[in-house]
Amino acid sequence: MTHDGFARPIGRLSIDHGVVDECRELSVEISRPIEELARTHTTRSIERAVLRLIGITGAEGAGAAAQPRVNQVIDAVDATVGLQRGVLVPFLHAVESGCGDIRTAAERIAAGDVRPEWPDGIDLEIALERARRESRRAVDSITGAELDRAAKIEKMGEPGKPWFYLIVATGNIYEDIPQAQAAAREGADVIAVIRSTGQSLLDYVPEGATTQGFAGTLATQENFRLMRAALDEVGDELGRYVRLTNYASGLCMPEIAAMAAMERLDMMLNDCMYGIIFRDINMQRTFVDQHFSRMVHAAAGIVINTGEDNYLTTANAIEAAHTVLASQFLNERLALSAGLAKERMGLGHAFEVDPAAPDQILLELAQAQLVRECFPDAPLKYMPPTKHMTGNIFQGFLYDGMFNLVGALTGQDIILLGMMSEGVHTPFLSDRDLAIENVRYVFRGAAGLAGDVRFEAGGRVERRAAQVLEECRQMLRKVADIGMFAAIEAGMFADTVRTRDGGKGLDGVIERDAGYVNPIADLLADELGVG
Amino acid sequence: MPEIKPYGDETGDGMVQLSFTLPLAESERARQAALALATKMGIQRPQVVHMKGMGSDFTFFVVYGATQHSVDPDTLTVEEREFPLLSSQEVNKLIFERLKRPLVVIGACTGTDAHTVGLDAILSMKGFAGDKGLEYYSQIRVVNMGAQVTPDEIVEVARSEGADAVLVSQVVTQRDAHVLHLKEVREALEAAGLRRGLVLVGGGPRFSPEQASELGYDRIFGRGTKPSEVAAYLAWSVTHEVPV
Repeated sequence: MTHDGFARPIGRLSIDHGVVDECRELSVEISRPIEELARTHTTRSIERAVLRLIGITGAEGAGAAAQPRVNQVIDAVDATVGLQRGVLVPFLHAVESGCGDIRTAAERIAAGDVRPEWPDGIDLEIALERARRESRRAVDSITGAELDRAAKIEKMGEPGKPWFYLIVATGNIYEDIPQAQAAAREGADVIAVIRSTGQSLLDYVPEGATTQGFAGTLATQENFRLMRAALDEVGDELGRYVRLTNYASGLCMPEIAAMAAMERLDMMLNDCMYGIIFRDINMQRTFVDQHFSRMVHAAAGIVINTGEDNYLTTANAIEAAHTVLASQFLNERLALSAGLAKERMGLGHAFEVDPAAPDQILLELAQAQLVRECFPDAPLKYMPPTKHMTGNIFQGFLYDGMFNLVGALTGQDIILLGMMSEGVHTPFLSDRDLAIENVRYVFRGAAGLAGDVRFEAGGRVERRAAQVLEECRQMLRKVADIGMFAAIEAGMFADTVRTRDGGKGLDGVIERDAGYVNPIADLLADELGVG
Repeated sequence: MPEIKPYGDETGDGMVQLSFTLPLAESERARQAALALATKMGIQRPQVVHMKGMGSDFTFFVVYGATQHSVDPDTLTVEEREFPLLSSQEVNKLIFERLKRPLVVIGACTGTDAHTVGLDAILSMKGFAGDKGLEYYSQIRVVNMGAQVTPDEIVEVARSEGADAVLVSQVVTQRDAHVLHLKEVREALEAAGLRRGLVLVGGGPRFSPEQASELGYDRIFGRGTKPSEVAAYLAWSVTHEVPV
């Protein structure tokens, strides 16, 4: 299905581009120490992602109780030569010293039969040469995802914008598949498989096809593969490529990014700060992990979705509107520095102003158009109301309709479909069908209007947008002043105080030694033209 | 009071609306199945006012009809709220007069649930729906432990802070995890010998007040609870004998 008449309405709302430029400059300044941190550190999860990318798979046990092979190898290397020079050399030295192929070597190291060592002289040369070769192959497989996707789209057809984004989350991949296929047949362009609650706090990736989860389905490589195949099948049937989304967040962000590339996922939730603020993951861990993850996403042609909507689930959407914008500027900067093009930044925001507030729709329209004007090239992702959805499903259905209307008038690219039963239970099959009926009706009727809408100079929409933009500038100035780490420690984002050394996962952050070897990261940086 | 029936547009017409999905392709047989089901549900003269196939295996229905059933409200046993609703000044006054010190409240989301929206609505100054949170009360001291707090951490803080009350919130759950998590906190407090000395309150959109005894809690608050109700309950319960 194509949604004719979609265009991004730009230049409809007069904003001060001098302020926008200053916000971008401030974001560059704020991001510098984060980029430096990422350049000088690695994490256990980055090293595990490297091992996954050179072909180590499998685990002892299955599902959420699995002990993945990559974790076992990392633990063994950490306990012997340490991780400050990276995992590749000691691991591939073991391979080259007669441990067999990559898979067998991993098994033997995991079993304790082989003790990882850092080689010298000619052995080091051999291991480095092997590392370069395996890394080249790994990076080719990451960039191959983009070519693969392009070929599929060529064959199946590209859905027009906006893309309707639907969530499935039964906990059981085999239940998710027919639901996802049904949703695609009903009109969904993007399927997101919500992760099981709490997966972000696991410091390993569960293994295999899984049938149990809490409020979602575990992200595993096998689950990714199964869903990808199912959506390709339905895409062939419908003559329209159906995109698959998952979540590169939490303690295993880089590994999930690598799995997404290998299994040709198309969009990944990936925010530079979400884990810190909302999951209490250590800030250094998150900042180092997000950089590597974003390079992988960039090379694989994956569109990232950022998580600014989350700010509004706790804060007041009228008072905290500028924090969403500030976070979008920071997410943009940290994506650019990882080589991700603006066309791949699904910056997130949400429709969360209290419907009881006067001018609710005016405020939402001002925010949505402001974001559109500030980020003209970004495929914006617009999230429906959740915080003020109640058991009054009739009101909720209308509220979702208003969200769709604002989305249509402001040219939001990716529309997450609102469910009238949001906040009551997991959606019924019929709730999803009704949501698609709602969004189709509104876009059919109103998307064409977007081209004709202009906001009055000096009018209330313009004044509100200018106010939010100014508050955003003030906030970014303050953050630049004290530095990003101190700003988070001062609770400047979502009123949540997080300390530099607090939260989960700090023990997995490792300062790189001068001899650090990670040709995958180097090749990615070269290809993407980033330092 | 006489037996009553739902009110559509005149007294006693019994009119109700239903919507549901049947696992059948859209067809005349599917329509008849919907009507037959409505009849079994006690709906007289059911009408399918909307039928829509969803894919090849499901059909959605909207059905109107009159229920044959009625109820006599006077014969029902209803649990009325056991405590009086008070203004913030009354709550502060009651605590000040009876305790002679501020009431200490610990709040936490436990288990894997990272959603503090419910907890913050009750605890934070901002409150919920125009109703100020417990932090607003001068005679209540709030310790908000945030999300993903373990039962042991709650026990530790309850002890070190000398808590009068512990509030446990659960928002996003599946497969009864919310019930399990609340029980774990109660058991940890019991094991530490703290349970009897404090008021234990659970809350979240999936709970109903009737679950209190099953969970071993003093009070459960469900969907839509305002902070002032919780404040009034806490003031009432710590100044009365705490039910065990």
